[in-house]
Amino acid sequence: MKAKFWGTRGSLPAPGPDTVKYGGNTTCIEVRTDDGDLVILDAGTGIRPLGLELARSMPVSCSIFISHTHWDHIHGLPFFVPLFVPGNEITIYGATDPVSMKTIKEIFAEQMEYRHFPVRSTELKSNIQYGNLKEGQTIEIGSAKLKTIVMNHTVLTFGSKIEHNGKSLFFSGDHEPFFNIYPADDKYYDDYEKLIQEKHKGIIDFIKGVDALILDSQYTDEEYPLKKGWGHSTFDRCVDMAKEAQVKNVYLTHHEMTRTDKEMDQILESLREKNKDEDLNIFIAFEGQTIEI
Amino acid sequence: MFGRYFSPRTDPCPGNSGSGNKKIFQEFSLIKRRIPFNKFYIRFLRTCLNTVIFVPGNIMSAPRENFLQLLEKIPAFPESVHRILVLTSDIDCPSKDLVEVVRHDPIFTLKILKVVNSPLFGLVQKITSIDQACVYVGVNTIKNIALGLASIGALPGKNKAGFSMNDFWLHSLGVGTVAWKLGEALHVPPSEVGDYFAAGLLHDVGKVVFALHMSEEFKQALDNSAKNGHALYEAEREIIGTTHADMGAMLAKKWSLPENLTACIAGHHDSDVAERPMIQDCVFAANQVGKRLKYGFAGNLKEEDLPQSLLDRFSMGLDEIIESMPDLDEEMENAKVFIQL
Repeated sequence: MKAKFWGTRGSLPAPGPDTVKYGGNTTCIEVRTDDGDLVILDAGTGIRPLGLELARSMPVSCSIFISHTHWDHIHGLPFFVPLFVPGNEITIYGATDPVSMKTIKEIFAEQMEYRHFPVRSTELKSNIQYGNLKEGQTIEIGSAKLKTIVMNHTVLTFGSKIEHNGKSLFFSGDHEPFFNIYPADDKYYDDYEKLIQEKHKGIIDFIKGVDALILDSQYTDEEYPLKKGWGHSTFDRCVDMAKEAQVKNVYLTHHEMTRTDKEMDQILESLREKNKDEDLNIFIAFEGQTIEI
Repeated sequence: MFGRYFSPRTDPCPGNSGSGNKKIFQEFSLIKRRIPFNKFYIRFLRTCLNTVIFVPGNIMSAPRENFLQLLEKIPAFPESVHRILVLTSDIDCPSKDLVEVVRHDPIFTLKILKVVNSPLFGLVQKITSIDQACVYVGVNTIKNIALGLASIGALPGKNKAGFSMNDFWLHSLGVGTVAWKLGEALHVPPSEVGDYFAAGLLHDVGKVVFALHMSEEFKQALDNSAKNGHALYEAEREIIGTTHADMGAMLAKKWSLPENLTACIAGHHDSDVAERPMIQDCVFAANQVGKRLKYGFAGNLKEEDLPQSLLDRFSMGLDEIIESMPDLDEEMENAKVFIQL
């Protein structure tokens, strides 16, 4: 199995001289199974260059998994060229929105409505199927399997684990470590803490021992207090998560849009230094990076 | 027999829920004007309800679905709606404040549990309390679901049944609080004790349905219960053909709520059971405590005897149970302040 990062930025694209190394496109990861089946994790602006490359060898058959429908995970989708070309087979998976109860198909159609985009989803020429993501689901992609789990974000978000030929990869989508909403002296504090621990353990069990762990690490620990509740983790908390799940390779992504390449290099150096005695390879994901799993 | 009353001209099988359900009840009203209120009418109404609402899978399943869709539109309590609207207008609103409002309102609780337990999301774990819902799908999602519910309006202060929603609410909160404390006393794990509160809070929710949508019949049941000293659910069964416990359980089942909550709602008046889960015992006992201590009022004055299995579980009777919780009044005062009654 191989994976390639086409977009590593969070929140908003961040092009410019300060983001050349790690990239300015928003989240998109291409995963190729050993059998050549194609899975695309999220459709941030990184899916546009991926689509251009795929267009060179059509017809395309792929499954796109939308972890959640925040802009930075979907706004490249209308620019994914294979959607426009007859003969391509594309399945778009995503959750139903629990607030509006709209399906991923309806959400995509709204994204491509007249006021947002010149082409409607019904005018796309490829054969598009839609799938509703549920927790605990196993979706077969050729002989690979993709399994889902609900993460902690400000909108319903699914993490995905892809398994093939004894190897596995997990992508969190956006995820913030759980925190207690009650002060320590509140009567509900202990009950809530217990629920948090159970849910966290469920996620750790789910990702335990994967060969590649791709996590949202938008903030530094110093930045986090001001960003608490915004739905993202920190570099250090992601490394802790990788250690807890006994993972050997962790890839940190969803970079804060203001973070420069220079800052990222310094953070990586510091992380590696702090964890030099751990049996863990730490990477900060960059656009174009390919992982062999 | 049914066809005699619902001719093709008046058959309540509309395609659309809102107007269709109005038709159902308008039809009842029309028929009532045509037929004098007597035993025949009562028998007729009971037959209609049993057939229209409670018999699954028959040719009348469409009206049953429509009735349930009507219930989707039941709004929450005005104080909660107001608070949600105020809290959500502040970007820095503390999550805990918002969750407190939702947790204390039976309608918000019921509907949020309905959403998060929907098979559409397939959550691995059934969500039984608001805190659990927050952990599982995130506080911001709960906030936005609540905001959506608040936007449909608020429960009217008055209804034709003369059923005080504020007293009902306080009773529900009382039973939830007592059930929660009983759970704690029985060493229920912290992660489960929230279910006890939710179960107590929701146990009488079927009465809201009756008060809003079968107000005349419910009023008669309330009057009969008060006059004869019978339990309200007996009067409901006699006049409406079913009980608020059945109605609430039907909602809970339809909306895929966890089985333990559904069972608590369905069985909170069942005293002739040999043995049942702890949560059901706690809700049953809490209901009697609430009535004894007059925590609000939900139309039913009659206390029910604690069954032997329940006495065995607590190793004490109702009086001792109440004595074992000396801070109950304080808890209720907190709840009253919270809901501004």
